[in-house]
Amino acid sequence: MSAPKTSQGVGENHEQWRPVVELASQEVFDLMVGSPLVVAVEPPAEDKFDITGMVGLAGQICGMLTVRCSLRSGAKIASKMLGVEIEKAGAEMSDALGEICNMIAGNFKNKIAGLGDGCMLSVPTVITGQDYTCRSLGDYSILRVNFAFEGEQFLVVLEIHG
Amino acid sequence: MDKVQVLIVDDSSVMRKIVERSLRQAGIEIGQIFEAGNGAEALAVLQNSKVDIILCDINMPVMDGLEFVKQLPGVENAKGVPVVMITTEGSEGHVVQALSAGARGYLRKPFTADQVKEHILPVLAGKA
Repeated sequence: MSAPKTSQGVGENHEQWRPVVELASQEVFDLMVGSPLVVAVEPPAEDKFDITGMVGLAGQICGMLTVRCSLRSGAKIASKMLGVEIEKAGAEMSDALGEICNMIAGNFKNKIAGLGDGCMLSVPTVITGQDYTCRSLGDYSILRVNFAFEGEQFLVVLEIHG
Repeated sequence: MDKVQVLIVDDSSVMRKIVERSLRQAGIEIGQIFEAGNGAEALAVLQNSKVDIILCDINMPVMDGLEFVKQLPGVENAKGVPVVMITTEGSEGHVVQALSAGARGYLRKPFTADQVKEHILPVLAGKA
């Protein structure tokens, strides 16, 4: 938000966008969830991730930003965003995770010089469940950032095509 | 200031609730809140309801926020009603597009209650 835009332009090493993805995600959690999001060192327990939010990027870069977490994490995020008890937040979990994904994607692209206007976002899609395979066509690189918040894991994946 | 009638247009019901809560936290006296999930629904709401301000997302299915704003001059109940875009699309180009289409203000998601206050109050007061 208040951090200066990175001087990294489009077409450079995507791994160097890791701190931008980290900052974009942390700012969204700080402002909208009210919980600090910390970069985690341990590998993500992906078998526990049963809700996935996805937002497509198209334009100067094409790809997908995905967020994944457990149902318990998703309910906790929705609960904190809405300021209601976790038991009452379940119905809003998909909507909340989709919007978190949307804001992280938007915040990320607004921090990369040239992407703010040069890259459009899709409306979010949310998948519940684990038994699916997502396969992209063509060449792509993947940037994965594993976070922790309040004892829960939260994974952000940026997949860039071409 | 009298109680404010607000139309919140966003395809996320969570965001609509957060925007409403932020308005209250900003100290704005809310009368009735009208909600719509996209521009087409918002135009339908405005056929039968008068509001003081419209807070509108950009990226929405069916009819996006920019198209909605462009159609507002043809809506009797929307004449003179200010629109503030609240969106993840925060680039200068998007701001220019929104203001050219007729929006009076622009607030980027994620936001704080203070930012809501800073962007909405001047518009309600007719200063923006």
